[in-house]
Amino acid sequence: MNSKKQTKPKIQIKNLDFYYSDFKALKSVDLDILENKVTAFIGPSGCGKSTLLRSLNRINDLIQGTRVEGTVLLDGEDIYKDDYDVIALRTKVGMVFQKPNPFPMSIYDNIAYGPRLNGIKSKSLLDEIVESSLKSAALWGEVKNILSRNALSLSGGQQQRLCISRALAVSPDVLLMDEPTSALDPISTLKIEDLIAELKKDYTIAIVTHNMQQGARISDKTAFFLLGEVIEFDDTDTIFSNPSNPKTEEYITGKYS
Amino acid sequence: MPKRILMTAQLDVIHKSLAKMTALISKSLNNMIIALKEQDLILADEVIEGDEQIDAMELKIEKDCILILARHQPIASDLRDVTSVFRVISDLERIGDQCADICEYIKLMAQEEYIKTLIDIPQMAIECEKMINMSIRSFISKDLELAKEVLMMDNTIDEYFESIREELIDIMNKKPDTVRQCTYLILIVKYLEKIADHATNISGWLIYNITGTH
Repeated sequence: MNSKKQTKPKIQIKNLDFYYSDFKALKSVDLDILENKVTAFIGPSGCGKSTLLRSLNRINDLIQGTRVEGTVLLDGEDIYKDDYDVIALRTKVGMVFQKPNPFPMSIYDNIAYGPRLNGIKSKSLLDEIVESSLKSAALWGEVKNILSRNALSLSGGQQQRLCISRALAVSPDVLLMDEPTSALDPISTLKIEDLIAELKKDYTIAIVTHNMQQGARISDKTAFFLLGEVIEFDDTDTIFSNPSNPKTEEYITGKYS
Repeated sequence: MPKRILMTAQLDVIHKSLAKMTALISKSLNNMIIALKEQDLILADEVIEGDEQIDAMELKIEKDCILILARHQPIASDLRDVTSVFRVISDLERIGDQCADICEYIKLMAQEEYIKTLIDIPQMAIECEKMINMSIRSFISKDLELAKEVLMMDNTIDEYFESIREELIDIMNKKPDTVRQCTYLILIVKYLEKIADHATNISGWLIYNITGTH
């Protein structure tokens, strides 16, 4: 039931290998992440899906002893080339983590943090960014009267939507989500899923999820990983109704051991 | 509360396709009745050819239902919604087949005059059409009362079937040269009786959809 409209790749991953010292965590990964689509990475623990996600904004660079071979093109430009501006990359490619991690400061300051770091000082402009980011993450209605309250006082689900707002505040093109609902209750989870469905109109989204039903619910494309390799990458409709690889079938039907 | 945006949108797609499929069925029924009354071969052919489109719609909706089950894991009323659509499209598809089958017999009788002016058979067909339209309307608008009304109507159709069958047997006994046409007409009224059964099924699925019981 996906739209037949063709979209262009926002990120192209080509022949990507990734090493944690001697351990090869990704093996010749090739896949395109399409613009304004949700791409889900699924697979058992240790299959490399989070490593791949984290290599898309080079946050793996922060881990000592890691090494990348191959290319990752964002809008056609290799993000691993020597002179690539990593700070600008992380502005363009935002990230939301498994556990909500608001800064220990007010709701307002959490959202304004990134824009301030980027040099925005105007109070009215910051107000505007805070409001629009919170609205985009479907949180504005719940917090508009308590913007000065400490963000840690929010519920887990609200904190996660705050983290999404914070990522949106610096106007990224791509949102990477690493199991964004695994610490949330079912209702908060479905709210985030609804939010992802709305956000894909404006952003390209890649999501890692342990919950394959979630992958089925929210994504347009799904990549199934096993031991660092992409076993199957296809339309989510196909992966969850008629996968071509028996290993994918075993995993999604819960028969993988 | 979450709205389950994607699942709701896909359920809407299924409901719209179902409305489209029911419009095709209504058209087939209507054309079949005119073809029967007026021995209109062009309309009979249209019904037979139109059946392919109905079959294609069934496959499309079936695929969408499977995808919504695979991807969105609907539960409770959403699950009943999908499963009842699944069953309804199968009833609709059978109605389409039966209209086409009736038209095949209309074509076989096209070159001869009817043994008598057909009154009860077209009347029975009109009652069937009414039942189908009401059952479809009840399903789409989730109208429980209308669905129950449809269930009550099935007896009338059964009465039509029995009295027409007996009348045709009587004619065959008296005029053996009418056996061929009378047999065709009996088959036609049997198809009509089956069409009414499908209308009853559709209303039954709506009752299940709303109440969770059969």
